Amino acid sequence: MRTQAKLGLFLLLSPLLLWLTLLILIPHVDMLLVSLRERIGVGQYQTSLANYFTFFSEPLYLRTFVRTAVMSIMATAITLLIAFPVSYYIAKMARGRVRSALFLLCLVPFWVSELVRTFGWMILLRETGVISKLLQYLNLTDGPVELLYNDAAIMVGLVYTSMLFMVVPLVTTLESLPDEVIEAGYDLGGNGLSVLREIVIPHAMPGIVSGCIVVFMLSLGNYLTPTMLGGKDSLWFTELIYSQFIVRFNWELGAAFGFMLLILSSTIVWGMLKLTGQSLEKTMG
Amino acid sequence: MIPSIPQSRFLTASYTAYIALFFIFLALPLVVVAVFAFNDSQFPSLPWEGFTWNWFFGAERPMIGVFNERPILRSIGTSAFVAVFVSILSVGVGLSNAFLFNRYRFPGQGVLYVLMLLPLVIPGIVLGISILVASSRAAEGLWDLAQWDVDALRPGLTLVILGQFSFVATISTLVIAARLQKFDQTLEEAALNLGANRLTAVRTVTLPYLMPAMIGAFVVAFLMSFENFNTTLMLVGSDAPLTIAMFDRLKEGSTPLLNAVSLLLMLVSSGLALIMIFAQRRT
Repeated sequence: MRTQAKLGLFLLLSPLLLWLTLLILIPHVDMLLVSLRERIGVGQYQTSLANYFTFFSEPLYLRTFVRTAVMSIMATAITLLIAFPVSYYIAKMARGRVRSALFLLCLVPFWVSELVRTFGWMILLRETGVISKLLQYLNLTDGPVELLYNDAAIMVGLVYTSMLFMVVPLVTTLESLPDEVIEAGYDLGGNGLSVLREIVIPHAMPGIVSGCIVVFMLSLGNYLTPTMLGGKDSLWFTELIYSQFIVRFNWELGAAFGFMLLILSSTIVWGMLKLTGQSLEKTMG
Repeated sequence: MIPSIPQSRFLTASYTAYIALFFIFLALPLVVVAVFAFNDSQFPSLPWEGFTWNWFFGAERPMIGVFNERPILRSIGTSAFVAVFVSILSVGVGLSNAFLFNRYRFPGQGVLYVLMLLPLVIPGIVLGISILVASSRAAEGLWDLAQWDVDALRPGLTLVILGQFSFVATISTLVIAARLQKFDQTLEEAALNLGANRLTAVRTVTLPYLMPAMIGAFVVAFLMSFENFNTTLMLVGSDAPLTIAMFDRLKEGSTPLLNAVSLLLMLVSSGLALIMIFAQRRT
């Protein structure tokens, strides 16, 4: 039986190891190696940090990097603020049929492609779009207004696109909070705010953290929404990566950019986990 | 605030209003996409020019409907092809991973579990470029070594499938592992006591129990693959899946044709999702 157990372990281990080494580990090591080389002639390379120097010395790259990070954090915060009351309503206020219906309705937009959602916002926000026409009809503006191609439009798109990934973990954690605990909070003299601060939010923390991590990741790595909804001045860091790789064919610099994005996202995710005392296994697994 | 705690009427009313506003916000972009699929005009915008089915069934210029638009139909086929492969691979590997983490204890298991979760926190575009870099380096290496030209390592559908699989596998593992966790292992032992060998016991007892989770994982993987954009964008070759094809058109300017495709997508994917929910509820 021992050898049989060993064989079973080996058989089950191999797909996992193949997947992780061939598709995750080796590609990232390769990407690191490519980012650390400098082209000095046709087909000739030397190891150097030149690509990273380029990244730090070119204001456009650095500014785009910081802007992407800040806007992703803002998008995460806004998504949390909008989603929390909704999740609380679904988990604690709504009952039975209504609850399942509301929860399902929250999921519906995310069964369709992000492209369709972004397209919807373009139809709404553009100069000839629905909202512009509505404002003219109501005589709130004289001519057509362009609401698309700016940072606010990107923000709307990002928040909309990531909403589900905040609502689902929040509803799940909030549902596990017994009503009696909330009632006890009120019985002990708490008001709405103190109950929220002392009972509801601490209980929902794992959900808040995992929601924030996923939303942050999705915003940071988003390409479609900033490209379609943003204007000429609202460059997103992923657009820089894409242009280095596909348009300029400068893979060395593109790989360095990719690594910077990876470092940024890992640092912020790690910081978020440390700050709240959670672990990746607990929040994601 | 919960229903059993009395609240001022104003507070309750404004809370309900907020929830209503939220759902309008959720529905608005999808509703406009759907409505303008029926606009008898070259642009998906106001004014309303009248109702038409042409963007679905139209056969002549300038209104060629979805069902007569070859490139779009072909890209839907490509997407479905990729999605089926990604789903099969992900469910297979996910099932194996679920058994591995549930049934075995071995050194390094904790590290492997965290590694297994990592693809969820790697941006999709980074996954895409890293696989692009690695595969083209492998292709160069093979060429230098033995003058082998391996087409599968060039941007194309194989890489798209592998790229999507690299993170969808994590999701399917989590979905299947969650159900295996709830499985009562004594049932399997009963089968063993009744004379079945281990493989038969797993096949006749455990796998049927896991079936709803496997179907669920398959549907989720299919939808994630069908909708994927970031990873696909970096790995795509000449055969564009639907999201990439639509993106290219959208950049050139949009006609209600795109609305029609989008509406069909919405119907199919919500149909799939509903089937999945009902399948899971029945068990």
